[in-house]
Amino acid sequence: MNIVIIGNGITGVTCARFIRKQSDHKITIISAETDYFFSRTALMYIYMGHMKFKNTMPYENWFWEKNRINLKRAFVNNVDTVNKELHLDSGEKMSYDKLVLATGSKPNKFGWPGQDLKGVQGLYSYQDLQLLEKNTATLPKRAVIVGGGLIGIELAEMLHSRHIPVTLLVRESSFWNNVLPDGESAMINRHIIEHGFDLRLGVNLGEIVSDENGRAKAVIIKETGEKIDCQLVGLTAGVSPNISFVKDSNIQTNRGILVNKSQETNIPDVYAAGDCAEFHEPVAGRRPIEQVWYTGKIQGKVVADNICGKRTEYDPGHWFNSAKFLDIEYQTYGWVFPKLREGETDFYWEHKDGKKCLHFVWNKDTGKFIGLNVFGIRLRHEIFDRFLRDERDIDFVLTNLKSANFDPEFYAQHEKEIVEKFNKKTGKNISLEKLSGLKAALAMLRGR
Amino acid sequence: MSEINDSLSLANPSPVQLNGSQKIALAITGIGLLLIFIAWFGGSAIQTTMFLWPSLALIFSGGLWYAFASYKGIPEGIKNNHVFFNSLSNRGALGWIAGIILTGFYVCLYWYPHLLGLSADGLTNTGLVQMFDPLSQLLKGKPASQWFVYGTLYTVAILIMGVKFILKYRHNMYQVVRTISVMFFQTAFAFLIPELLEGLNSEQAYFAKDMKNMWPLNYYFFEDWHLNNMLAGGNLGWFMLVLGILMILVISPTLTYFYGKRWYCSWVCGCGGLAETAGDPWRQLSDKSLKAWKLERWIIYSVLVLILFVTAFVLYTYFTGNANIGPLNSYDVRKWYGFFIGAAFSGVIGVGFYPILGSRVWCRFGCPMAAILGLQQKFFSRFRITTNGSQCISCGNCSTYCEMGIDVRHYAQKGQDIVRASCVGCGICAAVCPRGVLKLENGPQDSRKVIEISDGGIKVNT
Repeated sequence: MNIVIIGNGITGVTCARFIRKQSDHKITIISAETDYFFSRTALMYIYMGHMKFKNTMPYENWFWEKNRINLKRAFVNNVDTVNKELHLDSGEKMSYDKLVLATGSKPNKFGWPGQDLKGVQGLYSYQDLQLLEKNTATLPKRAVIVGGGLIGIELAEMLHSRHIPVTLLVRESSFWNNVLPDGESAMINRHIIEHGFDLRLGVNLGEIVSDENGRAKAVIIKETGEKIDCQLVGLTAGVSPNISFVKDSNIQTNRGILVNKSQETNIPDVYAAGDCAEFHEPVAGRRPIEQVWYTGKIQGKVVADNICGKRTEYDPGHWFNSAKFLDIEYQTYGWVFPKLREGETDFYWEHKDGKKCLHFVWNKDTGKFIGLNVFGIRLRHEIFDRFLRDERDIDFVLTNLKSANFDPEFYAQHEKEIVEKFNKKTGKNISLEKLSGLKAALAMLRGR
Repeated sequence: MSEINDSLSLANPSPVQLNGSQKIALAITGIGLLLIFIAWFGGSAIQTTMFLWPSLALIFSGGLWYAFASYKGIPEGIKNNHVFFNSLSNRGALGWIAGIILTGFYVCLYWYPHLLGLSADGLTNTGLVQMFDPLSQLLKGKPASQWFVYGTLYTVAILIMGVKFILKYRHNMYQVVRTISVMFFQTAFAFLIPELLEGLNSEQAYFAKDMKNMWPLNYYFFEDWHLNNMLAGGNLGWFMLVLGILMILVISPTLTYFYGKRWYCSWVCGCGGLAETAGDPWRQLSDKSLKAWKLERWIIYSVLVLILFVTAFVLYTYFTGNANIGPLNSYDVRKWYGFFIGAAFSGVIGVGFYPILGSRVWCRFGCPMAAILGLQQKFFSRFRITTNGSQCISCGNCSTYCEMGIDVRHYAQKGQDIVRASCVGCGICAAVCPRGVLKLENGPQDSRKVIEISDGGIKVNT
């Protein structure tokens, strides 16, 4: 069987690997972006000088030949699902028996005046990074970043590393406050300001002003009319599925390419996975389009299993995620919404240094643990996954908090203080399980 | 297909942004180093002893000042900006110059010590060696040797760069404690105590007095002259002999079982101490390819076999008085080991090539001690690096900053625990990980690899 995968990101590559593990089918990965798979999440580190491009490639170049995965550098203009053919930008046609669409995302543009000027860009692809190098070759006196999300703060950190002053325009009244509750969001606000960024909260981009050469020279803030001179504008207000090449085909799309839980599109033998896929029926609690590294991985494997005859549905388990805001690491397990939902109650603890916090959410009536945000402390994924799967209550989670600590050795431990504060707030009398570290984790995972 | 292998950077991404304080500090350090070079190259007419204290004072104060000035006012966190843009840390001109100077110094040290000013009669040194006479007189009542100069500079490098490392990683207590440990073991165990003991026992013939420097890293431990000198060395000699054997047979295997080889390689060892402090700017230059790993295993285990053979042969000669087996002569064999492995590999290549091959070339490819501890770590130890569930985003920071060239990401992205013979447990992979994925841990040996994460989900093997 001849399998063609469009997109050499984490989703497409995971799919190819798992097809190869299970079969001898012919596999071809097409990408217009790069010859070889690299880790998109590491683009920022290339710009900051932490890594070279080569360091971001998880597999050495011999890997592909050894595993008989053909790599093709091309852009797919059209998909002809009737004749099972792809039309490439070179004019070449490529046939397939099974087609996997894993084309990822593209940065959002919301029709702002001046959004297509020179010196205005998003940050998603390898080409975006090359463009950023070009746009900052003459060290702009200021850059303005529009959008206060994960990519926005990464771009700010990148530019800061090159000594370019940064202004961040954030729509929300506090950073990432549409995802983070107030306490966590305020912590990140402080941290951003500590790094010397000009953080503007509760403002929107009005327009980007052009100079005589069609290059951005300033932005105007919608609310205040203030004009900020700048030579670079970063548009980081989220991403959306990169699916324009299927618009003319009979593959059904909405915002993304519509799929069922087995990642199948409306056309037989055509699958979609990763950032570009949109579920008709999302997994409970999750969004129809998930733009996360690990969901791309899981979806890629689901496609591989289905192609190889093992009927599988997307089942990502309990929600988790992680990120890093400048120097502060963030992990989340289960659901913590920016505002408590009906029937939920919470406990927020913040360390006196203002750079570590935990935010627990549970059901007010049953005590069932619902989710946790944690900043500045590392926690063990397996343990929190177990808490959620076993539907433990909040008292159990607090009691066994030490088993989840994943900070390096010799780090200060805060569980005692956290539990004391928790008891004080709730009037409960939880006593912390003394066992800690790997021993405690193993006891928990092995069910004692 | 073209291989893109650059930083992509178009501008000079790293305009020199030294602040005034850093510039003054560098100037002070520079003058201190200049005194050393004047002493070295100034010719025998100069009386260099008076350079010592001013030079050390300038190097220490300037170096420490620079370290503080570099991180002052900057929030705590990972500080790897511009590592791959910097000429010194990315095999640029400065890196090559540093490599050539270091290599040249080692060549002089091992094979042409008279170029450093070592006198033939051991009494009237000149040049660089003479410069260190006052300190040597103070510690052991003897003029300096080239090895004393080396030991002093080595310790100074570990102390100053150790402080810089601590400031760089001040948010990470594992790094802070570990670095204090290597600074302590170098200063006390490798430098001060042996020199003072040497002074107190100056009538005795030489034997090694660095309690932590065990065979086979100290390859001459079982040579007949060394055994004889220890046996003739009174209580201290007997102590060093018994301790040396206990270290090999009892202390080291026990500690490695509980903590992995890190207890030695990145907490105690002098080679490791230099690599972790002075070598830190070059840790990212290690080769992570599978080919390099294959080469590593061939070379390091060959060196191990070689030293086992040499030592067995040396002991055979010691006990039987017989120096020859067939055409091989045990005195020749040990001499060649000392030349090729002891000097050329561990010194010239191991440290001289820091700026080219990375900071752990000797530890990774050559050290037979690391080979033994590594085999034990792999097959009989409670140590592992745990991977945290499915949080890995394959970014590659862990692999990039692994000084031993381990492709940490290969394991982390599969959710596998990392159990590798070469891992020295420096903990930098865990430090640079942006998602909190890695943790150095000790636990029951059968729990290594207990947690397996496939792309589908988490499985716990009970």
